[in-house]
Amino acid sequence: MRRAWPVALLASMAVGSTLMLIVGASPGHVWWTMVERVLTSRYQLGQVLYKATGLALTGLAVSIPLDAGLFNIGGEAQLGAGIFTCALVGTALPAGTPAVIAIPACTLAAVAGGALIGWLIGVLRARRDAHEVITSIMFNAIVAGVVLVEGSAYIFQGGTTTGAPIVAGAQLPQLPLGGSAANVALFIAVGAVALVWWLRSRTTWGQAWLAVGRDPDAARSVGISVARVQIAVMTGAGALAGLAATSFVMGHKHAFEQGLGAGTGLLGIVAALLGRLSPIGVGLASLLLGFLSVGGLAVGELVPEELIEVLLGVVLLAIAVAAAWERK
Amino acid sequence: MIAATLTKRYGGRAVLDAATLEVATGTVHALVGENGAGKSTLVKILAGIVRADGGSLELGGKPIALARWDRRAARAAGIGIVQQHGASAGTLSVVENAVLGVEGGPLLELAPTAKAIAELGDKIGLPVDPWARADRLSLGAAQRAEIIAELHHGAKLLILDEPTAVLAPVEVDGLLATLRRLAQSGTTIVLVTHKLDEVRAVADAVTVLRAGKTVGGFAKPLEVPAIARAMVGAELPPPATLAEPAAGAPVVLALEGVGVANAMGSLRMGRRLARLRETFGGGPTPEKPAARATVPLEGITLSVRAGEIVGVAGVDGNGQRELAQAIAGLVPHTGRVRIGEVDVSRDSAGQRLAAGIAHIPEDRQHGGLVLEATIAENLALGRADVTGRFRVDRARVRTFAETQIRELDIRPADPDAPARALSGGNQQKIVIARELSRPRVRVVVAAQPTRGVDLGAVARIHDRLRAAGAAGAGVLVISADLDELLVLCHRVVVMLRGRIVGERAGAALQADDVRTGLGGLMTGAQTGAQTGAA
Repeated sequence: MRRAWPVALLASMAVGSTLMLIVGASPGHVWWTMVERVLTSRYQLGQVLYKATGLALTGLAVSIPLDAGLFNIGGEAQLGAGIFTCALVGTALPAGTPAVIAIPACTLAAVAGGALIGWLIGVLRARRDAHEVITSIMFNAIVAGVVLVEGSAYIFQGGTTTGAPIVAGAQLPQLPLGGSAANVALFIAVGAVALVWWLRSRTTWGQAWLAVGRDPDAARSVGISVARVQIAVMTGAGALAGLAATSFVMGHKHAFEQGLGAGTGLLGIVAALLGRLSPIGVGLASLLLGFLSVGGLAVGELVPEELIEVLLGVVLLAIAVAAAWERK
Repeated sequence: MIAATLTKRYGGRAVLDAATLEVATGTVHALVGENGAGKSTLVKILAGIVRADGGSLELGGKPIALARWDRRAARAAGIGIVQQHGASAGTLSVVENAVLGVEGGPLLELAPTAKAIAELGDKIGLPVDPWARADRLSLGAAQRAEIIAELHHGAKLLILDEPTAVLAPVEVDGLLATLRRLAQSGTTIVLVTHKLDEVRAVADAVTVLRAGKTVGGFAKPLEVPAIARAMVGAELPPPATLAEPAAGAPVVLALEGVGVANAMGSLRMGRRLARLRETFGGGPTPEKPAARATVPLEGITLSVRAGEIVGVAGVDGNGQRELAQAIAGLVPHTGRVRIGEVDVSRDSAGQRLAAGIAHIPEDRQHGGLVLEATIAENLALGRADVTGRFRVDRARVRTFAETQIRELDIRPADPDAPARALSGGNQQKIVIARELSRPRVRVVVAAQPTRGVDLGAVARIHDRLRAAGAAGAGVLVISADLDELLVLCHRVVVMLRGRIVGERAGAALQADDVRTGLGGLMTGAQTGAQTGAA
């Protein structure tokens, strides 16, 4: 069978190399330095895992709806809502709340925040025929605004857009990786990948969401409620995107910050497409994207850091082109 | 006109293995064979839709380079094709579809083309409304539109892939007469079919394909039994006899005044547009006539007893599809639907399946099957009794799939083969197997169960429907093929313009004039069925 993703990666590396030549850097040297610096440093590896944690979750939040025929580009909104509700509960808990209560409470809050936005998008699509791409874009803007308005009312510290720290009990342990941001939420992401893989390939839920995506008429005729599946899938996707807040808030910053996790929701689209919609593929793609973004910073003195953003865009384009080639 | 020797492989399997076809100019040439014999692939290569892997092709004595033979080249050479499942873009009108991909300049000039199409249609006896939206046409009308479009583009060789599979008897007669006339005026026709009475009625010569090879060529006078033997490679078993339902058997399906509103989607859209127009000025929308082609269903009252097989005859597009969807709970409807004693009128499709309905949808490719999924996945789709409620029991699904594949002789006999790779007949067997193997089936609604399906598969599907009846289910068979209903049913009702306009049962079904009688009802030529409301 033809595989698109190696072609996509090679193509984007070729484009990246060309850009490096244009800015006067030697591509071989830059790539090698990138690999060397990331792979030989515990801190850099930790950063890769930290990036990948968020991306795997927002990637799943795209891949599941896409399986069911819906394009969830509302990952930013769902993650943003999750970060906010997580931080809100984390600061509202009384100081000295033990971890056994604080961690589940904040995790549930993160999931609920994301799920609410996903559910809204799903309901609007299933019951009111409002296209999920349009509503997702709107929610991305709405949530970003609402978070700031409500944040200033409840958790921001005088005159800033940074919230008070969450209670100590809700803070997740760091991984011992050179003081990097990598934290225990990594295992939440790994668990989520495994869970989604299992649901998708081994349960009637997965059967239903794939059937709805491939042929909604067939799904309907065997008694599957298309609307119910659409709502469930979007709610689940929102919950997963919201879950990424555990890494950003509970695992790393321990507080709300404006711009925390920004871009992770959108980059999740690349992870989902690069992973070819398979949950394990999404996990691996997150690692790769994490490597590229950390690696781009690591070679900052050799090439402009925006180069990596260009590279990610080219990866996405190349995948879109290569996917058509794969079907031939 | 054509001399071809063609080979085509899909994933190592030879679909065509040096199959030969020779067609003389101005003749009607029938290409016959079972499903999966390679007929469709052969004509798609001729029309430039599929590329051959090897072989040779001559058109009018000139050799053609197969490597560069695509649809554009074929069209330029005067080859037109009307495919089995149609090739119209649904939301475009007939005339827009006709110019799609062949329009010369950048500007669309639809009006003259529309006029030409309408005139051409009237001339050759296939009237068509050039401005009708393709997805609002019945399958038969959509097919007429495609034939005319190809002739309009100057087709000298017209290929029709199973054209009668979607037509009622009267329409079939009309189409065959048209084909004869076209041939007399010099157009060459290649007719892909597996219906031998059509071959007898219209063909000048016959080529028989079996398993990708040409196994016979016949010229006039045609010996139909010999052709049938060549097709299946053996004699067909005689059809089973039909047991009468037990006297006083209970009614398992009762419809009381069931109706479906006209073209739901477009009505809702129309209302939305009207509201927008009122909001943004421009005044209220003028009253527009309701959508043209979708016939509403009105006041259907019908009951089916346990063990009874009831046929619904009618020209395609007279409300049969809506009737099946209403019973299955796939469209909102008025009136009552009862399964046994249970009123399911307000129930969802899933609840009705649980109450004992098995529904074989009209279009297996859109609604019957998930083409991307495997045979086993399709067989178990929505079948919680096989998969388990939440966790899929994969061993059980596999055993179930293997059993069903064996029972209905689904080919290839590989549970992991994707449904897309199967021939139409084998796809249909999957749907039949999934639906009729449901536990506690009380009512079977089978819409066009053997459309585009080969003789061997038809016999098996009919056996399964009879077996469902014998096991105590009430069976409702909707078919545009009157002959099918006559061999299968205890009772036949006729639908016209969304209503039931007549019925024949028992001895009246065996009478000599039954065909003309029912045919008259189907076209509205007979009885006082002049309701006027269309």
